[in-house]
Amino acid sequence: MADSSRQRRRNAIPGFGLTMGYTLTYLGLIVLIPLGALILRASTLGMAGLWEILADPRVLAALRISFGLSFAAALLDAVFGLLVAWVLVRYAFPGRRFIDAMVDLPFALPTAVAGISLAAIYAPNGWLGAPLESLGIKVAYTPLGIFIALVFVGIPFAVRTVEPLIAEIDRETEEASATLGASRGQTVWRVVLPPLMPAMLTGFALAFARAVGEYGSVIFIAGNLPYLSEIAPVLIVIRLEEFDYAGATGIAVIMLAISFAALLAINLIQAWSRRRFGYA
Amino acid sequence: MPDTRHQPPTTERGTTRVVLTLTALAFLTVCLILPLAAVFTEAFRNGVDAYMDAFREPDAQAAIRLTLTVAAIAVPLNLVFGVAASWAVAKFEFRGKSLLITLIDLPFSVSPVVSGLVYVLLFGAQGLLGPWLAAHNIQIIFALPGIVLATVFVTFPFVARELIPLMQDQGTGDEEAALTLGASGFKTFWTVTLPNIRWALLYGVLLCNARAMGEFGAVAVVSGHIRGETNTMPLHVEILYNEYNFVAAFAVASLLALLALVTLAAKSLLEWRYGDAIAGRAGH
Repeated sequence: MADSSRQRRRNAIPGFGLTMGYTLTYLGLIVLIPLGALILRASTLGMAGLWEILADPRVLAALRISFGLSFAAALLDAVFGLLVAWVLVRYAFPGRRFIDAMVDLPFALPTAVAGISLAAIYAPNGWLGAPLESLGIKVAYTPLGIFIALVFVGIPFAVRTVEPLIAEIDRETEEASATLGASRGQTVWRVVLPPLMPAMLTGFALAFARAVGEYGSVIFIAGNLPYLSEIAPVLIVIRLEEFDYAGATGIAVIMLAISFAALLAINLIQAWSRRRFGYA
Repeated sequence: MPDTRHQPPTTERGTTRVVLTLTALAFLTVCLILPLAAVFTEAFRNGVDAYMDAFREPDAQAAIRLTLTVAAIAVPLNLVFGVAASWAVAKFEFRGKSLLITLIDLPFSVSPVVSGLVYVLLFGAQGLLGPWLAAHNIQIIFALPGIVLATVFVTFPFVARELIPLMQDQGTGDEEAALTLGASGFKTFWTVTLPNIRWALLYGVLLCNARAMGEFGAVAVVSGHIRGETNTMPLHVEILYNEYNFVAAFAVASLLALLALVTLAAKSLLEWRYGDAIAGRAGH
């Protein structure tokens, strides 16, 4: 926005060399060199070595569990995130401000705390585990338990990406739609929801990316049984404990590649949304 | 309140609103409130004495001390970085700026376990620098430096990402005025820029601190789980839980949950009182 004016006056402000130098040095030391070490280590494996690690049925099963359940959890988060954001923005009810603050709990609550708490709730004698068990549904030590933990960590992403957009919706378009004879359902479906889609997709992608890498809130409820409830991050830790650095690196590189693909997808969605709707 | 006589065209029917609100509240209660309530219920299951016993244990006290130490190092490091990075990004134009912002955000999209792994590959016994470190008798992995590094990595973007969008919005006008009037660069920052960004800075530090004290996956990989030495509070919770010492595990966990609640309360207060002075939302 103010690019041209800033461009003209850029030399007036001091400290560029100092702050930029510090930023790049710190970024390099903490983030780029360590990540580079991972890539370097992976490159010594070669494509054949990487392929060998990937072809291990246990690794494949862990990746399938991680990505499949993360996808499902992010999908549920996106749907309920829209609902929660809508209710928080549009409706007045007692305790609204408290509920709004609580949405960020999964950001603030340490993952290990969430993990043991969910494990206790869904244990066969837990608050929800016991009634579900009498219905014949087992949650703890099954993929369903992993799914529940992943839904938990994704909630704030799904809510916070759509919430500001709902708050900014121009009520006049809804009035116009109603004036032209649309029912409330038609107005919501055809006028209100379409512009929210990019934000929902972004929320979905963020929740998905977070869920794929999640470790602390999953391990206690999952039981970590190979081929059944073992997620990829757990397998990395197991490989490290076996001093199989190559195996750990291989899985890590594959996970990194997929996370970056998710990041790229978010950027593409936002670029598309800017063109289509005029905002990201 | 359902109103049957007059139906405004820009909202849903009363019954629809009630159903939607109750569904959303039910979802949030099951997913968020229940886990929070369970932490405190389990912690006090055997009464207050059993709860307090968990903190009399020397290992628990060592874990609390270590967590505070790690946060006391990691948070200021990322605070200084966040201010420097946002100054460079927001006050100047240069090529590759969006790439730099993406790189600063990078640690957010890396799994905590991978964040720990990269340091093991660099400094571990079989790592790139492992033999050199061993020859010089320097221990990083399974010791405090490794835990601090892993924590700094996962909390890396917190302060910077709150400050960058805000300082970009504020532009350079105030600073230029101060400089024109003869203030030095540092004085300009201290008396002009810092007051403009203080609430956003506090906001970022709060979130950074909560994550630094609560980080589990990255720290678990580099810590080695040495009781009384390299166990942070979340790792101590894990060990107690795996030993079926549930009351003690949830007692230590309740302290971390309390920290989360204080963070959320302070965060909401900041958003409510100083929403315009934080305004980090648009920049995500």
